Amino acid sequence: MFKSMRVTALAAALMAATSFTAVAEVVYHRGNTADPETLDQHKTSTTYEAHILRDLYEGLVAYGADGKIIPGVASEWEVSDDGKTYTFTLRDDAKWSNGDPVVAGDFVYSLQRIMNPETGAKYANVLYPILNAEKVNKGEAKPEDLGVKALDDHTLEISLESPTPYFIDLLGHQTGLPVHPASVEKFGSDFVKAENIVTNGPFTLAEFVPNAHVKAVKNPYFHDADQVKIDTVFFYPTEDRGAALRRFQAGELDTNNDAPTEQVAFMRENLGDQFHVAPYLGTYYYALNHEDEVLKNPDVRQALSMAIDREFLADEIWGSTMVAGYSFVPPGIGNYGEPAYADYKDMSQIDREEKAIELLTKAGYGPDNPVELTINYNTSENHKNTAVAVADMWKPLGVNVKLINTDTKTHYAMLRDRQDFDVARAGWIGDYSDPQNFLFMVESDNDGFNYARYNNPEYDALMDEAAVTVDLEKRADILKQAEEIFMRDLPFIPMMYYGSMNLVSDKVAGFEDNLLNIHPSRWMSISE
Amino acid sequence: MLRYVLGRLLGAIPTLFLIVTISFFLIRIAPGGPFDLERPLEAKVMENLNKIYHLNEPLWNQYLLYLQSVARLDFGPSFYFRDFTINELFAESLPISIQLGLSALCLALIVGGILGVSAALRQNKPADYSIMAAATLGVTIPNFVVAPILTLLLGVWLGWLPVGGWNGGAFVNRVLPVVTLALPQIAVVARLTRGSMIEALRSNHVRTARAYGLTSYMIVVVHALRGAILPVVSYLGPAAAALLTGSVVIETIFGIPGIGRYFVQGALNRDYTLVMGTVVVVACFVILFNLLVDLLYALLDPRVRYD
Repeated sequence: MFKSMRVTALAAALMAATSFTAVAEVVYHRGNTADPETLDQHKTSTTYEAHILRDLYEGLVAYGADGKIIPGVASEWEVSDDGKTYTFTLRDDAKWSNGDPVVAGDFVYSLQRIMNPETGAKYANVLYPILNAEKVNKGEAKPEDLGVKALDDHTLEISLESPTPYFIDLLGHQTGLPVHPASVEKFGSDFVKAENIVTNGPFTLAEFVPNAHVKAVKNPYFHDADQVKIDTVFFYPTEDRGAALRRFQAGELDTNNDAPTEQVAFMRENLGDQFHVAPYLGTYYYALNHEDEVLKNPDVRQALSMAIDREFLADEIWGSTMVAGYSFVPPGIGNYGEPAYADYKDMSQIDREEKAIELLTKAGYGPDNPVELTINYNTSENHKNTAVAVADMWKPLGVNVKLINTDTKTHYAMLRDRQDFDVARAGWIGDYSDPQNFLFMVESDNDGFNYARYNNPEYDALMDEAAVTVDLEKRADILKQAEEIFMRDLPFIPMMYYGSMNLVSDKVAGFEDNLLNIHPSRWMSISE
Repeated sequence: MLRYVLGRLLGAIPTLFLIVTISFFLIRIAPGGPFDLERPLEAKVMENLNKIYHLNEPLWNQYLLYLQSVARLDFGPSFYFRDFTINELFAESLPISIQLGLSALCLALIVGGILGVSAALRQNKPADYSIMAAATLGVTIPNFVVAPILTLLLGVWLGWLPVGGWNGGAFVNRVLPVVTLALPQIAVVARLTRGSMIEALRSNHVRTARAYGLTSYMIVVVHALRGAILPVVSYLGPAAAALLTGSVVIETIFGIPGIGRYFVQGALNRDYTLVMGTVVVVACFVILFNLLVDLLYALLDPRVRYD
């Protein structure tokens, strides 16, 4: 205690000596969806946890203000010719917030920890491309067998199962962030408490009060600390988006990463440039149960998809915070060209409706012999409005819809347990910018996400082929073929691409809209 | 008296036991579990998580384990807030909710009481009508409407008070939540006080007091109010229990780290221990305040004695 006081006094004296004017502390009040379930990066799964963790930690790679991958703890890396071995060179000046150097062994420890089934990591499967990762996570191999080696303190070698062109993007995910091994060994699961935590990012944890805030303060040991302009970041859980908007208007929040969809018109009018809407790497879709008697028929599925007026949904119901979507992979994604759009993308809604009626008649359905369907959705005003609108658009085809509304946990438990349903709402936000992260969902062996129970060997074969193709252009072609099959068979009906909404005060500089909606606090500054 | 209190407290144990039992099994009926996400877990990971939280054991065994730990006043680890135990969460949030609730309660009693008495003394006059109209309005407008309006007016437009946040319990951050919490209670207290006051003013002992020529202060405050306050006291028992254990709406709108939100968060996230913890806390408060009300009765009403 005494020693730390002496150090503080010394630091204060130094500060006073070097600067003539006292600089006020820069505080960033950041609204952030909800409280983190935990600050243990290996146990997290959500984007709002990632926002906090990316400020506290730095992985091998990090994100720039534009959401693009930049070197992090690794200053550079080399990929072997077969695309299966990555060799990272770690920077010399990377330090933990207690002054320890960040070494390659820390990453070996961290990656073994997340794969160890005893950790109970919810999102470990993101890193399955690493050699033996899946086996370790399933308890079939020991953590030491993981394909991660420290060649020396500053050289890390990661071997992969198969060439994975998006591997560097994967490492940007919060699951790739390192833990401080000594603290984890010493404190066990309590290493995340503010009094114990040691981090290596631009900030370090000062306080976590559930339902109040997470407070992070600047880490003086961070290698780029000179460029970090913010001293303290407060993350507030802003579950009530209306209340968050009022707090933003009153100047209590500098930014908030969401906004109330029912007040879009008001915000456009009153907040002007402070209301940001940008394309987001995600797709809003309806899963169709391919085991259902009626939905087995591909004509019925196509007819249902055609009849949906996506422009109406995106603009009227979602207030243009979504974009009409005619492909499952959102446009603008990395390692891909134009997605495989549905061929009726440019047809007028009237022509589409006619064509849809024709298809349904061919399948033997119509007003005399209506199709009976249910749409399951999780509780939310806009999910309900969307379902009601879709039901209305399907009505002229002779489709009678019943709506079933349950809370989120029940909804996804229903899909996971493969209970009987016809049509179910879901959405997917990409974890990394690669089409594989979307198309893998309906591979026949993907028990978790293949809600449609889609089973097409041709599709699986294409996905397998893409997985071993190193040449990026060739790989993109193969994936596009897979998406074309997807759009032909429609395991899911893609309806809209997500948009991200942010409230950003005029005082904030360095906030750049980007496809991944990633905004590390280290790039921002606040003017008074 | 002491025997009576002890008896009541002992009698609460089976009640609590029943409440714990019923809610323990009720929450398990809800589909889905604490670890169900959009992205399903690896079987092995799920198995380990279940093992850590004893979810792999038969339900009755989990129930016995839970009873054991509750008996030691240990509410277990939170499934959702994985960095905290329920005890840690409550230690932080319960005092905040109690402070807010108590402030609101006092405000409601004082303002509501004064309004109610004034209305009763001016029965069927304009003052009476306007107070009762305001009270009716206060009861009918829900706090999720009042709170945003107050924050818009006083926070966003006038900029006098903060719109949200707890800020370590600063006075300015408490004003709006306390007022919003108190408003409907003020209305109820005013109506109750008015009604029973009118009755009390017509009672024999008050008429006698008047005949003795006592000052109107003595008549109203000492003789009439003592009897008139009884219905208010019996209303305040459960009301206090509800206020002191926090309000989801108020806490969410004002961003206050109280205990009220945990009920809803716990239920939606299937955080079994968090739901159970809040149920136990609320039950304890209800039992405690009902006992308090009965004791207050004995104090206020000479006809009630617990010897």
